[in-house]
Amino acid sequence: MTELPDTTKRKLGLVIDLDTCVGCHACVISCKGWNTENYGAPLSDQSPYGADPSGTFLNRVHSYEVQPKEGAAQLIHFPKSCLHCEDAPCVTVCPTGASYKRVEDGIVLVNESDCIGCGLCAWACPYGAREMDAAAGVMKKCTLCVDRIYNDTLPEEDRVPACVRSCPAGARHFGDLGDPDSAVSKLVVERGGIDLMPEQGTKPVNKYLPPRPKDRITETAPRLTPVAQDIGGFLGWLDRTLERLPGGDS
Amino acid sequence: MHPAKSVIAFTTLSGLGFGLLIWLGLGAPAVTGRSAFAFFTIAYLLATGGLIASAFHLGHPERGLKAFTQWRTSWLSREGWAALLALGVMAAYGAGLVFLDTRWALLGWLGAGLSLGTVVTTAMIYTQLKSVPRWHMALTPALFLCLSLAGGALLAGQTRWAVPLLILAGGLQIAHWRRGDGALARSGTTLATATGLTGGSLRAFEPPHTGPNYLLREMVHVVGRRHATKLRVIALALMSVVPVVLLLAPFSHALAALAVLSHLTGVLTARWLFFAEAEHVVGFYYGAR
Repeated sequence: MTELPDTTKRKLGLVIDLDTCVGCHACVISCKGWNTENYGAPLSDQSPYGADPSGTFLNRVHSYEVQPKEGAAQLIHFPKSCLHCEDAPCVTVCPTGASYKRVEDGIVLVNESDCIGCGLCAWACPYGAREMDAAAGVMKKCTLCVDRIYNDTLPEEDRVPACVRSCPAGARHFGDLGDPDSAVSKLVVERGGIDLMPEQGTKPVNKYLPPRPKDRITETAPRLTPVAQDIGGFLGWLDRTLERLPGGDS
Repeated sequence: MHPAKSVIAFTTLSGLGFGLLIWLGLGAPAVTGRSAFAFFTIAYLLATGGLIASAFHLGHPERGLKAFTQWRTSWLSREGWAALLALGVMAAYGAGLVFLDTRWALLGWLGAGLSLGTVVTTAMIYTQLKSVPRWHMALTPALFLCLSLAGGALLAGQTRWAVPLLILAGGLQIAHWRRGDGALARSGTTLATATGLTGGSLRAFEPPHTGPNYLLREMVHVVGRRHATKLRVIALALMSVVPVVLLLAPFSHALAALAVLSHLTGVLTARWLFFAEAEHVVGFYYGAR
């Protein structure tokens, strides 16, 4: 059903830390890998080794440059995937009911066997989170790895989205953003997590933690005074001998 | 947005076909028998031709019937219903005119209302998208509806109505362009709101991939915008000015046919611009419009 639920029991989502993301694209690759080999139509590539390669991705990492008035420019790596919006415009526009938002955990999913591939949901999403697979002709989007997070056959530490599991910098966090006591909710409060494009009125569940101000060295420590005054031994002799030679700078 | 041929053909032809059905439903012209058959054939060819064209851009047209299920929230689904009901009612009304020489006026008005509704639902598919500010305004359904009524009046030979409607459509088109040009800026969405990044001037440094992708192909179409001003003048001239001049000249069938042809070409050009000029806010992420 494309009617959005008034509330969802939980609001599962991601918290992405723009301060720690190093832009390695490991989340992009692990997402593509997991979601090609598991649930739904594979994420196809067109001409992957040709002159004009292109393919379907559910997660892409952009990079932005912030140039402050003073000081060096800062490069910020910006992973972007479905934000599992509470007021998801992609769901209500769907004519077939293939797109839906789950009442139990708030995940926005596509039932691929009902999708006619009209592409209207991708147009409705302001974030570019949905991509039509050119080979399968159906709409693909982040499932929050719904086939991992509830999967009892996986070891417990693997029951998180593939992107979270693979992040080497710990920049991606997964949890229930509807529970104010969850680790992710606390992190959002602590770090001032923000919504992307709040003016679009989509109420995204995923939050982004803005980069923290960089440290600046404002004062230097005083120079150390030499500890050894009288130098003995071979080095002492060398020092005195060189001192006696003409042409020194003393 | 990518100006797909199928969607341009669909909105233009269906708009014209349902426009003609509106006038036929209102009994203008009050035709029966063979001439009614001719009018209804043209209207149905245009309306259904457009609908069939729209199916060409689907990834899975064989599942098309499922699109009738979500009319509660989806304008695309509502459009399917409106089109189906309009074509059904107008078929019954047309059968009365063609085969029984009888005009069931009430049925005609109902069919005209449903045809009008179909055009509005088509426009609403685009109008509802907040992510495309140029489309997200009340002028969009007004323009679609006026063009449909004007084109329908032209095809129905209702010169008295066609001339003012064509002029009004031209005016609405100019207003749509003018307001549309500032729509993205007025929407308040920028690269800063898209990324939440502050603390200095911001620019897209590096795209996620070196190659193109679906999002760029579908939503960041920039190729055709170069000649936008020239195309606007051409569209307006062919859509409104030329047909009005031809209609005001002493009547002849050849001139009327030319007016229809000019109008159709003009609307196709304007519709191409409607898509090609529309900026999707996702473009901000790529440092493009």
